[in-house]
Amino acid sequence: MASTVPQSVLSGYRVVELASERCALAGKLLADMGAEVIVVEPPQGCTTRSWEPYARDEIGLENSLHWWHYNTSKKSVVLDLDTTVGAQSFRNLVASADVVIEAEPLGRLEALALDWNQLHDSNNELIWTSITHHGRDGSDPPSTDLTLLAEGGPVWSCGYDDHEIAPVRGGGNQAFHTACHYAVPSILAALMWREGSGKGQLIDVSLLGAANVTTEFATLYWLNAERQVERQTGRHALPTITEWTQIQCADGKWFNSGVPPRNKYEFQALRTWIEELGLVDECTAYEILKLGDQFERIGVLELDADPLAGEVFQAGREAIEFLGEQLSAYELFVGLQQRGMACGIVYSPDEMINDPHFVERAFPEEIYYESHDMSYTHPGAPYKFSKTPWAVTRAPRLGEHQGLVEHVTD
Amino acid sequence: MTGLAAQALKNIRICDFTGQLAGAGATKILAAFGAEVIRIEDPVHRGKWDILRGVPPWVGDARGLEAGGAFNNHNAGKLGVTLNLRDPRAKELLRELVAVSDAVTENFAAGVMERLGFGYESLRDIRNDIVYVSNNGFGATGPYRSFKSWGPIAQAVSGLTHTSGLPGLPPAGWGYSFMDHTGGYYMATATLMALLHRQRTGEGQWVDLACIEAAGTLNGVATLDATVNERPMRRPGMPNSNRSQSPKMAPHGIWRTQGDDEWVAIAVRDDNDWKALSEVVAQPWSREDRWLRAEARLRDEDELEQLLAAWAINQDRRVISDRLVTAGVPAAPVLKPQERIEFDERTEELWVTVEHSEIGLSRVEGLPVSLSETPWSVTRGAACLGEHNHYVFGDLLGLSEQEIESLQEEGVI
Repeated sequence: MASTVPQSVLSGYRVVELASERCALAGKLLADMGAEVIVVEPPQGCTTRSWEPYARDEIGLENSLHWWHYNTSKKSVVLDLDTTVGAQSFRNLVASADVVIEAEPLGRLEALALDWNQLHDSNNELIWTSITHHGRDGSDPPSTDLTLLAEGGPVWSCGYDDHEIAPVRGGGNQAFHTACHYAVPSILAALMWREGSGKGQLIDVSLLGAANVTTEFATLYWLNAERQVERQTGRHALPTITEWTQIQCADGKWFNSGVPPRNKYEFQALRTWIEELGLVDECTAYEILKLGDQFERIGVLELDADPLAGEVFQAGREAIEFLGEQLSAYELFVGLQQRGMACGIVYSPDEMINDPHFVERAFPEEIYYESHDMSYTHPGAPYKFSKTPWAVTRAPRLGEHQGLVEHVTD
Repeated sequence: MTGLAAQALKNIRICDFTGQLAGAGATKILAAFGAEVIRIEDPVHRGKWDILRGVPPWVGDARGLEAGGAFNNHNAGKLGVTLNLRDPRAKELLRELVAVSDAVTENFAAGVMERLGFGYESLRDIRNDIVYVSNNGFGATGPYRSFKSWGPIAQAVSGLTHTSGLPGLPPAGWGYSFMDHTGGYYMATATLMALLHRQRTGEGQWVDLACIEAAGTLNGVATLDATVNERPMRRPGMPNSNRSQSPKMAPHGIWRTQGDDEWVAIAVRDDNDWKALSEVVAQPWSREDRWLRAEARLRDEDELEQLLAAWAINQDRRVISDRLVTAGVPAAPVLKPQERIEFDERTEELWVTVEHSEIGLSRVEGLPVSLSETPWSVTRGAACLGEHNHYVFGDLLGLSEQEIESLQEEGVI
């Protein structure tokens, strides 16, 4: 139990996590901020150790990049919960823990007499976290990230203007992430309350529920106006169809224009940039941009009411489209942002991590793997704490910290 | 969700400058856990810095500054005060409020709090153990620190947009501000971590949260495939986010069924799932031995998807997903908003009716968690502009009614 002076935010807390792709991120977020997270794996290792891709494409339990990413800073012990010895070791571990995180099939732990109901009497301060399909008292249909995002709402909003094309699941296993994004603040709030009350509790996180409350306007338009949003290429699903916000630039990369220029400073900045580039003659929107000087700010509602406002607004969009034909997506992104206009380059994740801004902020994190005698770059901290920074070590080998079990058992 | 249960954060007070969703979404969670969140708005611009204030979707038939449904949703459960920080008297009131608060939260553009005279060092002069959490797209340092961002831009720059789409087509991206929701989750997490640390040690700190960095952690496996294996995301056939690359599964995707814009998602995890699916499909092709092994299904995935598409188009998405689930295969209809909100009994506890002092009753999102000892609670809609000026400046900071009224008349609050 927590008693020593913390070196990092969560040092002194022990978390026992039953290895699963569904709760791995929750454990990682706690481990990277200093909690001792002991991930309990079956003898053959967590399923995710057998998932592609592998480091250097070498198949092996220690090489799965899924395992590498989601289990940084954790410790691994192997327990066969179906055996008497394994179950007892698990009980002992739980007795020493502040937090348990599990996403086991419903009923499995109870059948083994290893569930919250059976274990919390021996540890009143225990915070037990279950991540389930839609609650511990619900059913447990077979599901994956894809099916959760389909029935949970996000898929309905993602895809293309052409509705003959299938709607799209956003990449990266975000259904599991989102449940973990609710699990972690819940655990932290429970820890804060426990500091005063001395009491633990049961936290039940719904994967289906987490997806449902992470769809922005799809839910808000229905709850408030009973209107259905429709998916649109690269932009918000809304009840009405909006204009493009994505263009493909001269280098083939995509760019997101955000909200187009709307005030005289932005129109002037665009114009000046076109002049600097020596492209005045080629840009058909240039002359109309000059009229933008008359507008402090063009409201979206004025576009129909004032024909000139509408024309100038369109000229701003055309000028950006024109610049996209001349410049790389990166040049357009940085150039417009430096001139005060919100916009973004569509990076792939591996391009983002190499961008000079994020490199200067030390976002890329080098982690050393002694088995390869190499350091590899991981995505870094999601937040920068001034006093208790994020710190990360490589994911554990299978059973690397088995001594913890014997120590607890003794 | 009764008012009688214990609240996890009942002794915590947040001096809150957040808005939109990326910030307001964070402090909504803290308020639901019982923190007293005091949201500060600018009376001169009538709180319109928050672009969601007073815009559609409207709550029912209501219209105007207080009737924005998104604003009401993201700010449910918070208190609202006004401070015109151009006036030194308002700054003094803010100093007094910070002195009795545990944390200051904001999602302005980088540098705004310093310009107001309330950067971290100044906040610490007021209260040494203050927790300060700033949240913006690119973070407080670095060459792009002045760049502007919101959800779609954070998603574009971080890689989330690129990784959501089908081959040969533009990025589909996320059809909403996924990263405003998720930036809010990271902000709530960061605030609670810093508060927990302070509770244990007495030490406050500043958390610099860059939404794009938080987003950049959300495609970790693909990123490592590039950094470790030098296999960039930008390559032929990729992205294809309706397929599954880690773990590899086939078939895995979304298929059109009978009906208007109706679709079913199916994920065949392994050979057992395939066997079960092939019986539900019950077509000559589905029973061919050639599809029994995952390697073959992955190798000829395009062909398999076409066969499945030709079958699915004549099916009812609910009937086939029920049959597949009964057979043990992950499957689900792509639910439309009305279907998942009004007709899915598994989510009914999520939608909460709150009372708003001007627009009456409305429904907002709750939290998808249940805590056995300290349940969350969302009962009140967003605060009207300056609705709690009397409570905060009077009861909390000790001004008289007369003083509050004259500050109001003079445009200070």
